[in-house]
Amino acid sequence: MCVPAGSVPTVSTAPDNPWLSWEYVQRNWPDIADALGQHVSLTVEAIVLATAIAVPLAVLAHLRPRLAGSVLGLSGVLYTIPSLALFAILFPLIGDRRTTVLIGLVMYALLVLVRNVLVGLQGVDPAITDAARGIGYSRGRILMQVELPNALPSIVAGLRLATVTTVALVTIGVIIGYGGLGQLMFRGFRSQYHAEIMTATLLTVAIAVVADVALWLVGRATTPWTRRDA
Amino acid sequence: MDVLREAFVWLNDPLNWTGPDGILALTAEHLTMSLVAVLLAALVALPIGVWFGHRQVGGTATVVVANATRALPTLALLLIFATTGIGFGNRPTVIAAAIFAIPPILSNTYTGLLDVDPAARDAARGIGMSGPGSLLRVELPLALPLVGAGLRTSTIQVIATVPLAALVGGGGLGVIINNGFALQRYGEVLAGGLLVAALCLVAEGVLAGAQRLLTPAPIRARAAAQRASAG
Repeated sequence: MCVPAGSVPTVSTAPDNPWLSWEYVQRNWPDIADALGQHVSLTVEAIVLATAIAVPLAVLAHLRPRLAGSVLGLSGVLYTIPSLALFAILFPLIGDRRTTVLIGLVMYALLVLVRNVLVGLQGVDPAITDAARGIGYSRGRILMQVELPNALPSIVAGLRLATVTTVALVTIGVIIGYGGLGQLMFRGFRSQYHAEIMTATLLTVAIAVVADVALWLVGRATTPWTRRDA
Repeated sequence: MDVLREAFVWLNDPLNWTGPDGILALTAEHLTMSLVAVLLAALVALPIGVWFGHRQVGGTATVVVANATRALPTLALLLIFATTGIGFGNRPTVIAAAIFAIPPILSNTYTGLLDVDPAARDAARGIGMSGPGSLLRVELPLALPLVGAGLRTSTIQVIATVPLAALVGGGGLGVIINNGFALQRYGEVLAGGLLVAALCLVAEGVLAGAQRLLTPAPIRARAAAQRASAG
């Protein structure tokens, strides 16, 4: 279906077909690096875009509580639609594979993030916001200097969940021929090349783990006050 | 939009609904595969969740299982299964979908039993119920809303995953998307996507209704009160 011409792995006539093969990695490194780059750049772009949209949206829902119910309800309905269906619906309308996958990923991450940011904002101790109001903070200053920093643990938790989910979701892009490392897995499946499937799988899991740990560290660094009970 | 019209023309053709590869047959196959996957997952996850939750042990293990499966793409497991002895088509898909359906059932069942009010547990013990008696007649009914929620989450997730079967030569509604893409008939891709999305939304609605009907009224009120106080 979507195997790029000229990049079919060179299966030797030798009968052994190991799941792990360093030789495969060395021989096909340019291909692997392409897929890896595609995977990582899709994930990063999706998360950055989703965050840029989710934070203002959640803040709006927080400042106008009447909107909160409909924002969460709508995100619940949208979340029920599988990414696979979303790719299939958007691709014919958009026509560009990368843009389609990116939009689908952004929508998904967006839903996770909006919920977490909103929950974080709503979970701020009213005594703290009252105190801020009492010493004369404006609404905007309370939001920027009190509520958002206090919501950070919840926001970071949302970012971690959204990122790990997105890394796995990129592979579903295979359904429209643009799935990062998923593309490599699928090609390995079509040619029954075990090492190709396994290498792509391990790399996908590795991206998720590295991103998760990195975000956890960022979360720790930006919320030093949460560490004393750890 | 040309593709949009193509999609609706395709969906409006009765010939596409009937027959062995029609929408109705594919939907039935899709739902059967989903049902088998959820049953398999429940068979594994429910006993473990009930046991751990009742004994109040193994919390870390359930969290680790949930997190580990989140990082592993379903596609990877599916392709690995399809490449090894399990065979092409529906079987590897059902098994892969079942494995990913385990964490929601497991963690919800576990949390449901763990969160049973200790006072209720004590009262059951106090009126002379044995451990299993208390589990069956007090703890499980109280945990029911969360157990149901876990089954519902995993069912929707499985219905959303089953379309991947088409990639490994299986059936279900993914076939429409996959064929459309292969033949560059993008109206069909769009139609297939709409069908999968609609099936998920309908299933979610039906399950939400079923859960409401099946939950005993007092527990329903209690769960609603808990939600209200938590929100």
